[in-house]
Amino acid sequence: MVKYWCMGNVCCHYAGVVGLSDAMLTGVLMKEINISQISDAVEQLCMKANYDLSSDILDALKNGACNEESETGRVLLSQLVENANIASLERVAICQDTGMAVVFIDIGQDVHVTGGSLEEAVNEGVRRGYGKGFLRKSVVSSPLKRVNTGDNTPAVIHYNIVEGDSLKITVAPKGFGSENMSGVRMLKPSDGEEGVKAFIEEMVEKAGPNPCPPVIVGVGIGGTMEKAAILAKKALLRPVNVRNSDKDIGKLEEEMLGRVNRLGIGPAGLGGRLTAMAVNIEVYPTHIAGLPVALNMGCHVTRHAEAVL
Amino acid sequence: MNKKIRIETPFTREAARRLKVGDAVEINGIIYAARDAAHRKMIEMLDEGKELPFDIKDQIIYYVGPCPARPGSIIGSAGPTTSGRMDAYAPSLIELGLTGMIGKGLRSKQVIDAMIGSGAVYFGALGGAGALLSRCIIAEEITAFHELGTEALRKLTVKNFPATVVIDCAGNDLYQIGKEKFRIMKNACR
Repeated sequence: MVKYWCMGNVCCHYAGVVGLSDAMLTGVLMKEINISQISDAVEQLCMKANYDLSSDILDALKNGACNEESETGRVLLSQLVENANIASLERVAICQDTGMAVVFIDIGQDVHVTGGSLEEAVNEGVRRGYGKGFLRKSVVSSPLKRVNTGDNTPAVIHYNIVEGDSLKITVAPKGFGSENMSGVRMLKPSDGEEGVKAFIEEMVEKAGPNPCPPVIVGVGIGGTMEKAAILAKKALLRPVNVRNSDKDIGKLEEEMLGRVNRLGIGPAGLGGRLTAMAVNIEVYPTHIAGLPVALNMGCHVTRHAEAVL
Repeated sequence: MNKKIRIETPFTREAARRLKVGDAVEINGIIYAARDAAHRKMIEMLDEGKELPFDIKDQIIYYVGPCPARPGSIIGSAGPTTSGRMDAYAPSLIELGLTGMIGKGLRSKQVIDAMIGSGAVYFGALGGAGALLSRCIIAEEITAFHELGTEALRKLTVKNFPATVVIDCAGNDLYQIGKEKFRIMKNACR
């Protein structure tokens, strides 16, 4: 049973058995989203992200298959295109490492989640998506005792409260071949931009073939230690063909892409020109005493799928 | 690319020693799938004086944890995982007769030394191409450690499984050779 109440010129409704909602008391219109909608969306996004390589990456691989200087590299890149086509057509995972499910929830401040726990709803979606989608279960319950949870839960969830009355879900399954090649360094302000550039180059060089090049290099500069790391993770969500809207940062991205692609690592690390498809950098204000920089490595199967409720 | 060399398992030391860095191969026959947890278990068994769940002499281990198979399929996506995590375990297995490893990524000096000492080859398979590579797996069966799920020890039958000799029995490393060939030194004109 749903009842409608009016306070001033704002109309609200609530399920009678529950009692007065906050929205009613304050007179603010809250959009209600049931947890079942959230679980359903997460379930679908886990499968979509793991089957369908995003078009920006697919285009970059196709481009490389034609233009890579190394003959071996061109063959490998065309095999990656073929692999992506098979995965999409047959609804099988592009890569067997279907990742730990990293989920970004951008929740509008005028959204009211009903029916249970938001966190459990996300995990239920992951459980169903990885089960029904024949995706690999790669999560262990304790990092030290290492027993597989059997359903790829829990997800790593990042919540962000934003304006509005919609709820955006981004599922970004993260493989650990590339995750293991990531890191944070607390530089000194005197290290400056050159220090940041040296850190990026050093990390890509050291990673070599391990993170499945051609990679996407996600970089976060500024904030605190954990802020830089989250910025680096978010940088991997940006398409490879979109530069940072800040002109200076966009130029830095282009410069660093040029530099890492002179390292010679190439496709699969067997030598060549296309070591990275993009260097995506995000920045945030920081403390007078610090220059945190984080690098999150993304493989050529850097995945993400979004839905807005 | 060069003409592909056909490899049959069991993979003898003599066959391993004939291969050279950069050779493109196609592997045929039975290989064993094992990654982190299965390796740890196997080394624990050896430490306890027990026998391994399979005769490792002249065998090839593929570092892979596959996706579950869809109904009607043999196996899900099944590409290589990063080999470096098995570096702590590989030298003991090479000493026991392991002649081939399939994976992706760098190996430690200890592993390369063991390969040179005993005669073993490190093959690179294309990382992130699990959908494509799974088509070369024509049979799959769990041999041991069922409880490990994707990390269980598996017997795989492969047909024309494509790989490249990344490190040969002499210790030549294609990752180093390939990178040096395409590296553009700072301040160099090209």
